[in-house]
Formats: sequence, structure tokens, C-alpha cells
Amino acid sequence: MNLLKFLILSLLILFGIFSLTAQSVDEILNRGQIRGNFQIEGQIYQEDSVIGAEEVPERYRTNAFLNVIYTNGGFSAGIRYESYLNQLLGYPEGYGNNSGIMYRYVSFTKDKLGVTVGSFYEQFGSGLTLRTYEERGLGYDNALEGIRVKYEPIKGINLTGLTGKQRLFFDFAPGIVRAFDADINLNELFPSLEENKTRVQIGGSFVSKYQTDDNSSFILPENVANYGGRININRGKVNFMAEYAKKINDPSGDNGFIYHEGEAIFLQGSFSQKGLGIIVSAKRNDNMSFRSDRNEGIQNALINYLPALTKQHTYNLLATLYPYAVQLNGELAFQADLIYKVKKGSTLGGKYGMDFQLNASFASGLDTTNLNDETTDRIGYTAKFLTPGEKYFTDVNGTLSKKINKQWKGKLTYAYLEYNQNVIEGKSGQADVFANVGVIETTYKINKKHSIRTEIQALFTNQDKGDWRTLLIEYSIAPHWFFAVQDQYNVGSDKAFQEGTNIFKSVSKIKFNSAYNYYNVSAGYNDGGNRISLTYGRQRAGIFCVGGVCRVVPASSGLYLSITSSF
Amino acid sequence: MVSYLDCMKYKNPNYFTMKITKSIFTATLICLVSISVAQSSKTIPSIDVKKMDGTTFNTGDIKNGGKPIILNFWATWCSPCKRELNNIAEVYDDWVDETGVKLVAISIDDTRNMAKVAPYVNGKGWEYDVYIDPNGDLKRALGVNNVPHTFLVDGEGKIVWQHNSYSEGDEDELLELVEKLSKGESIE
Repeated sequence: MNLLKFLILSLLILFGIFSLTAQSVDEILNRGQIRGNFQIEGQIYQEDSVIGAEEVPERYRTNAFLNVIYTNGGFSAGIRYESYLNQLLGYPEGYGNNSGIMYRYVSFTKDKLGVTVGSFYEQFGSGLTLRTYEERGLGYDNALEGIRVKYEPIKGINLTGLTGKQRLFFDFAPGIVRAFDADINLNELFPSLEENKTRVQIGGSFVSKYQTDDNSSFILPENVANYGGRININRGKVNFMAEYAKKINDPSGDNGFIYHEGEAIFLQGSFSQKGLGIIVSAKRNDNMSFRSDRNEGIQNALINYLPALTKQHTYNLLATLYPYAVQLNGELAFQADLIYKVKKGSTLGGKYGMDFQLNASFASGLDTTNLNDETTDRIGYTAKFLTPGEKYFTDVNGTLSKKINKQWKGKLTYAYLEYNQNVIEGKSGQADVFANVGVIETTYKINKKHSIRTEIQALFTNQDKGDWRTLLIEYSIAPHWFFAVQDQYNVGSDKAFQEGTNIFKSVSKIKFNSAYNYYNVSAGYNDGGNRISLTYGRQRAGIFCVGGVCRVVPASSGLYLSITSSF
Repeated sequence: MVSYLDCMKYKNPNYFTMKITKSIFTATLICLVSISVAQSSKTIPSIDVKKMDGTTFNTGDIKNGGKPIILNFWATWCSPCKRELNNIAEVYDDWVDETGVKLVAISIDDTRNMAKVAPYVNGKGWEYDVYIDPNGDLKRALGVNNVPHTFLVDGEGKIVWQHNSYSEGDEDELLELVEKLSKGESIE
């Protein structure tokens, strides 16, 4: 609140000065640009005992934020006001019952120097040593607040230095982060390479966190370094990327306070030309959780970022039931992708051609040997380099998409999944899930403005909750309106219910069993930068993923309103 | 365009005779907000993004020789985005011939998926200028909430229209607006 008062006071003083020199303000205003965006999400909750949605005492909850950014030439300043009264179910509870400004910055660039004071998001390479970012839909925000300086001493060399503390909801994590990164474009640096078809970029970073030793049982390192190097080589159709990071011993809640060192390797190669794309990736990370509070867990106060090497699905059975989440303590992962376009006019391609995509990904733990040194060195374990340990996840999937004529388009998807519930969801004693998933998507364009899109999805498995079906029908009127009806139906639980309870067996066979139906209806209106949507129905308890981050959401039922605006 | 001075006179006729008082502050605040928000001269901000070959590119350098530009935010995991860009890809040659428009597609894929961008774009045979915004810097600077989000930039580099989400047929409205811009007509 003090900050808010300070801001208002500063604004008053500024306006005082401005009103004296109206003409110059006029100039400043007309060159300056104000931009931003706003979002409000509110939900009226209903108790729904059949799906296990508990009563919400407030009955209505809201999340909202407003970003305002002012830019004028090389000068920029911005704030974000956020409000969680109370935070929507499923959002991190740390936000609860709070509103305020936790994102605020001023920055300028003068020739080759760029300075930011306040909050900022930064990423070095692919993020193995440092990445701060936001995913507002999931309530994820680990912005640093402090000072960042960027400098380009000569063309081709970009240096970044920063120091700050990480946001943790409406507070800061206790650790101090200091970091330096150098990024060098060899083709720009050496004039003789300027026209060379091979483009090479190299980089190196050093990140250190300081946190006082707050543990009475162990002597902990107060300064922990995580450093690494990277290279990207591109020649026409071919691209190769490699990145390596090493972290010194960092006993933490994640690793059970052992003194093991951390290491991560990430390799990616791709080839692409018109009509064909191939990507192969591999990643190994060992004990690489790196937080500005060693006692934190889940997504809180993470300084670095370890990407999941699995496909990010969008169909709800694939995206919400069994998605993979990166295992920070140790993981070996591989992924391959193939994209192929069958030419127009060929037998298979027909008039419009046909698209074909194949993706396969595997993730497992590391093959480790326990050292049983809890009372001596506490190194914990040794890990083999390339031998996979316990299986975590497999996803092999393919998609065929085809435009049939001017009205009809179709898309077929098949996926085979293997999912280790115990590791990914932290359960114990559960069987691995083996599932087959099929999706048929069609789009029918009635005329220039009206169209209907449908998705029929089916998931088959003998484990966990058994089979699922989803039906989605979406009607849109371009460019403003959409209406959708969706039902996600747990056939497996229904069957178990019928088989398990003989008395109700005959009744439930003919009765629509609402306990296993997660239905919702929604409508939305778009105009310019504004979008308003309204949804009524049930949300299944499970994992909800947007933009690559997943969180566990509880079952809920009710009316949901969302308004977004960009200006 | 309304100037600050004009605005102050309009909101407060006694402006020139008044001392610095609370009402000037109020008027200033109203004028500041109303002018800034109503301002039509927003341009594409200068932000460093990545080219598909991994090198850096500044979005202040996006130009199309006085012809309109479509700036579209998308991601490889966003199916409506891909539907939109694939639908436009089928007619893009005609659009370019007719109007001289250029489509710049900004992928917001992060480290997890950014290696898939170039193979996807080439695999689909898109002829757009494609850049990657892996940490959301340009997305934030332009106030984009969700993808797909489309901005239309006129021949003078001003952002004159925007739209969030995609439904089949949205591209027809977009083409109409691009046609008007390329003829030098106003679309406001």
C-alpha cells in the first residue's frame, strides 16, 4: 500500500511540473505511446457433490490484471496491477486475498546501452541457467526485481548483467540472484564471415544465487553457481543447437538436502525444406532444480527453466488427462518430429494437398546407484550417463489433415501414451497408464461467415479411471461470435459403477448418469482488441495446461466470465 | 489529433486564468489518459526477437515499403492460430499481388517448442516473414493476452486495427481491410 501512495505522490509531483509547461507536455504526449492489456476472470461457484466440487464459501471469486506500458523513443515505463479476490480455484493460493502492483519498471536505451530498473523478464539461451517469465493463465510469474544492464560493445557481441530478487506472489523469495551472459554472433563479429552461409552463434552465462544458511542440521553453501555454454549453427536447411549447464552442490528441499552437483545437456538438430521438416532432440538433466529459495517447491522461485521434450497437445483428452511434466531431479528425454506435405495434384494429395505429422517422445528417470552416505558425504547417488532408469512417459502420435473441398476439412489424430502416475503426479502404488487415443476433427464452412467445427475424441485404457469420450461442437460467425457445447464423459467410471453395484445396475443402464459427465456450454464475442466469453458447466479435476506449464485444478462447477482487452 | 493544450482548454475553459489547482490536476489526468488512449499513432515497438536461424532481429526494422503489414501472433501448440495461417497461406499469393501486403508471423513458442517453428513453417510452405518471441517480450510490449492476435499496420507504419482469436472466415474481413489500406483509404 505504501508503494501505491508513493506512486500517487510521484504522479502528483510530475503532473505539477507538467502543468507548468503544457507545451512541452504536448510534445512528449504526442510522441509517446501508451499500450496495455486487461483481463478479468470471474466465477460463480456451485456446489456439485456428484463431481466432488466443494462449496466455495465466497461463492464468487475474481482474478484480474491491467498492464500499462508507456514508451517514448528509447524510454519505457510500465506497471501491472493485479487483483485476486479471492484467487480462482486452482490458482496458487499464495495470491489469495491480495491486490497490488508487483510489476513495475522503468527502462531506457542510449546508443549501445540498455538499462532496466524494477521488474524484468530475462532468458539466457534456452534457460538452463536462467529464465524468468510469466504465464498469467496459470498464475506463474517469477519476474526478477532489481537492475539489469545490457551492452553491445561492438556489433555481434551482446552482454547482459543483472542482479535482483525473484517475485513470489506478493512477496520476494529470500535469495539474491546475480547473473551475467554473453551472446556472440560470429558472422556479425568477423567481417570476413558476414556473407558466409553458415551462421554461428555462441554464448555463455554465469548465474549465482545467495541465500543465508537457514538450516540447523547441515552446513549449506550460501553462494550457489550455475553456469553454462551454448552454440547454434545454421546452414540453409539445417540447424544444430547444443547447450550445457553445470550447477555446484545445492542442497534443497527438492533433492532432500544432498550435496550432489547438477548438470544439464540439451541437443537439437533440424532439417527443413518446402514440404518437409524433421526435428530430433535429446535432453538429460541431473539434479538441476535451481531456486532462489532452497526450501520452496512446485513452480515457486525457480531461476532456471528445463523444457519438457514432449508434444504440447491441444485436444482436451490428450492435453488434460495425461500430460507430462518435467522432472527436475533427473530425467533423460528424446523427441523426434516429422512434418510432411503431400503435394497438390498427386494421387494422395488431391486438389489441395494433404498434411502429415508424426511425433514420438520418450522420458525416463536416470539409472542411479544409491550411495547410502546420509550420515557422511551426503552425495546421495551416482547416475549413469546414457542408460535410462525408470520409465516416465511415452507418446507416439500422428496426424493427417486434409482439405476435402471448399466446405469441408478433416483431421485425424492417433496417439499412444504410457504414463507413470506415481512419478508425474506424485501418487504411490498406482499402475502405469497405457492409453490409445483417437480424435476426428471436422470443419464445415456453411458460407463465408458461418462455420461448424466438431471434435470427437475417445481415450481407451484399462488403468486409472478407464475410458473417456469427448464431443465438442463449435459454431462460429465470423468475425465476432462463437458458441460451443462440450461434453467429456468418463465411460470407464460409469462401467465400473454399473458392474460394482448390482442393485443400481439395471437402473443406471437406462439412466443418463450425470456423475461422469463434464458438460459445458460457452459463448463469446470478439471485437477489435476486446473479447468477452461466458461458460456454464463443470470442470473436471485434473491437470490444466496452457502454454507449456501445467497445474493441478480441483473439480468445479458454475458460471465463468472472462473479459480481455488490448489497447 | 487532439493536443494536450486543446484538451486542457476544452476540459477547463478557465485554464489560462487559473493557478495550479486541484482542478488542473484533474483535467491533466483526464487529458493525459484520453489523449494517450485515443492516440492513433501507435507503431510496432522496437523489441529484439529471434530469426528462425537463431540470430537476433529488432522488430523496429519491420518494413514493407509503404504497403500494409499484417502482424500475427501464433504458436505451434495453438490450433486456431495454425488454422488461420494455413487458410491465409492458400490465398497469400493473391493477397500480395492485389495489395502488396506482407504478413509477419510472430511465434510465441518458448524453448520447449521453438525448434519446431522453422520445420513447421517450411513443412507447410508458408511464405511469411517468421520471427520467434521466446520469452514474450514483444507480446508484452503490444499488450497481447492470448494467441492468435492480429494487428494491421498501415503504409505509414501505424497500427490501425487488431483482432483476437480466429474463426473460419475471419480472413475475409482482414482482406477487406487490407484492400482499403492499400488504396490509401481509412478504416477507422
